[in-house]
Amino acid sequence: MIGDVLTWLNDPAHWRDTRVDKGIPTQLQTHITFTLIALAIALALALPLGLFIGHTGRLTFLVTAANALRALPTVGVLVLLTVIISPHFHGRTDLGFVIPTEIVLVFLAVPPILSNTYAGVQNVSAAARDAAAGMGMTGTQVLRKVELPCSLPLIFSGFRSATLQVIATATVASYVTLGGLGAFIYDGLQQQDFPQMIGGGVLVALLALLADLLLATIQRYAVSRGISGRFSTKSVIPADAATAQVRTAEASTV
Amino acid sequence: MIRFESITKTYPDGTVAVDSLDLEAPSGQITVLVGPSGCGKTTSLRMINRMIEPTSGRIWLDDRDTGRIPAAELRRGIGYVIQHAGLFPHRTIIDNVATVPYLLGWDKKKARTRAAELLEQVGLPAHFAKRYPAQLSGGQQQRVGVARALAADPPVMLMDEPFSAVDPVVRDQLQDEFLRLQSELGKTIVFVTHDIDEAIKLGDQVAVLRVGGRLAQLATPAELLNRPVDAFVAGFVGRDRGYRALAFSTAGRLSTREEPTVRLGAPVPAGTDDADGWLLVVNDADEPQGWLKLGESGADGEVVTDAMLHRGGTLAHQGGSLRAALDAALSSPSGRGVVVEEDGRLAGSLTASEVLALIENPLPQPEPQP
Repeated sequence: MIGDVLTWLNDPAHWRDTRVDKGIPTQLQTHITFTLIALAIALALALPLGLFIGHTGRLTFLVTAANALRALPTVGVLVLLTVIISPHFHGRTDLGFVIPTEIVLVFLAVPPILSNTYAGVQNVSAAARDAAAGMGMTGTQVLRKVELPCSLPLIFSGFRSATLQVIATATVASYVTLGGLGAFIYDGLQQQDFPQMIGGGVLVALLALLADLLLATIQRYAVSRGISGRFSTKSVIPADAATAQVRTAEASTV
Repeated sequence: MIRFESITKTYPDGTVAVDSLDLEAPSGQITVLVGPSGCGKTTSLRMINRMIEPTSGRIWLDDRDTGRIPAAELRRGIGYVIQHAGLFPHRTIIDNVATVPYLLGWDKKKARTRAAELLEQVGLPAHFAKRYPAQLSGGQQQRVGVARALAADPPVMLMDEPFSAVDPVVRDQLQDEFLRLQSELGKTIVFVTHDIDEAIKLGDQVAVLRVGGRLAQLATPAELLNRPVDAFVAGFVGRDRGYRALAFSTAGRLSTREEPTVRLGAPVPAGTDDADGWLLVVNDADEPQGWLKLGESGADGEVVTDAMLHRGGTLAHQGGSLRAALDAALSSPSGRGVVVEEDGRLAGSLTASEVLALIENPLPQPEPQP
């Protein structure tokens, strides 16, 4: 079976577009496009909202509400939205199917980004926020210069989990006639061509791993070493007495 | 100068945190606000830089009404030190210290030069500049906190229990260095603590607040210890206040008796006419090291080593307080308190009863030379 999957993946015919079928590179590109659009929209919605909720402590119910979105059955919502939306589009456009797909993917990506951003800002030490405001930073400056950089690790982890989920779920696009790596899975299922079906799954998994690796690398450079704990010097915390000259007060020990 | 003019803070649930407080913190001095929890001391402090807005009343900063200055602008002109330092974990130490200069729009180079100066001033080595707060101990973080508050050289500093989260030894060091720094800088400081000993040690004047945010007594530390205004203040100032008050009476030049000594590394003298058998050991610089008990096993005729010493007595300095002199006598294994000169050399010794005699019949104190 594994051999069959490898054979399918290695078959040059599957890496070329034909009149009827699109090859792996084209479907991969479509898959990535769907993913990027969904993530960009989700980030544009959830990041500012999460920062706002975390900073002000208001509208926290939105975080709970967004988390409730996770409970929606993706395929069910997709079919429902397609039925509602696609009749409004005619002619040679895919938009009637792309819009429902992107909506479904955004639904999936918003909750982890929103709740992690909110939690990240909430977790910034109260002393650091108090000091920031007390030294004369305005509310936006506290957010931009202290709360955002300090909550980056959590924001990244939310975004990474959103990315994984969107990459995996973007396969449903093929359920409503669109392309993407899901095409191999659905076609394989229909044609009982299991090597093709599993091959498609392997490609999705590889894409997800690569995307996560890329994001991990970005995170490494974006997050301050002071927070991630990757210090250049391996020094443990030195004793206070070693740095301060001991100034004897009135009494010192004989 | 900071002046509270009938300041009241009432919370929406009806809690009165501060009740028509009138108080003046004179320029160049340390005013300590002290009291039990719930007395509104932190609230009062935070109203000065408008981290909390008063319900009624005014706070004056010299001749400016703080309520009329935009909050951010006001705060950039006031140093602010808090309990857990509140350093920014994502910034290096030097950039933490340079926070306010950056906010004021200084260029990066100037701000960092100033920050480096301050690190030195608070006793941190220069190579700490590139470190992150997580790499520092609590005491070091607190020094950075003080340096950060001083960065733009504000005339006024607010300090909210800055030393209460570090261990007692480090706290003592930080307090001493803080006093040294203040003697150089002469800032107008409002300092909040719940620790009456800290208040007495640091304050030029101490304001004792009672629960419900009313001022119980505003006085110098010595006055507070000697004449608490009512039972609450007396209770809060606590036990041992007679003893602690001695810290504010200087002994003048103590008339000490000469103490026979032996040098560290010299042989123990065989016999001695001193009946109690305690002999003071000094080092080559004539600085007291500890006491030797003559006749202890193996001590006779041997070289005096570090291991033989009984330590544990405190030292009193000539010109120091009566409290230090009494403490030296009480803590000395031999019962004779060791007194040293300013430079640490042995001056002589003094017994507890001699110190008590000094307390009961104070010598006419000579005027200090100008």
